[in-house]
Amino acid sequence: MAEKMSFIVFSGSADKLQAAATMVSGAAAMGVETHLFLTFWGLNAFRKDMVGQPLPMSSEAGDMAEMMGKLMMEKGVPPWSSVLADAIDIGDVHVHACAMTMDLMDMPKEALVDVVEDVIGVGRFIELSAGGSVVFI
Amino acid sequence: MPTAATKEIDARGSFCPGPLMELIRAIRDADVGDTIAILSKDPGSRTDIPAWVAKAKHEMVEISDEDGYSRYVVKKAR
Repeated sequence: MAEKMSFIVFSGSADKLQAAATMVSGAAAMGVETHLFLTFWGLNAFRKDMVGQPLPMSSEAGDMAEMMGKLMMEKGVPPWSSVLADAIDIGDVHVHACAMTMDLMDMPKEALVDVVEDVIGVGRFIELSAGGSVVFI
Repeated sequence: MPTAATKEIDARGSFCPGPLMELIRAIRDADVGDTIAILSKDPGSRTDIPAWVAKAKHEMVEISDEDGYSRYVVKKAR
């Protein structure tokens, strides 16, 4: 098993964040060192004023977007942010913000939720993820 | 007769990966030698709980199928 997994979280859609948070939980549970690199819309979803707001489904959802949203509500799927908080609580999970996106969106570190550990450049992310598997979502 | 446990957690309302997360927390808070029983309706628990127990070096005591859910008994081994 990979001893390290890194997730490049590019998407800020509800379904992809849910999938990312769930996979991160699995990695955290299995004792795998896990890094999240938040960039573009993924980073935008970690803004303090965005967490808890309803997010759109990804474009893949197409006509099923509304039904999927309903199913997630009905089945009591926990919000992705709480799935991720649980993963951070039980495992070796590190959340990094992309410096370039912060700069692009004029976003200070204070605008982001506390689970974000630091602001790093892509070079540092490449270094952190070296030797493990990398997932882009 | 199902195996009695030190603590029983009903995670039947919890969605994947909730039951596993609840088990991990309960094991963390338990004493070595304690047994935790967890009830789960999540089909993923069937693979994930035994995989975690093996990886974390605890002991899978019992898995039993009940009506619409499964009961997993895990012993904290270290």
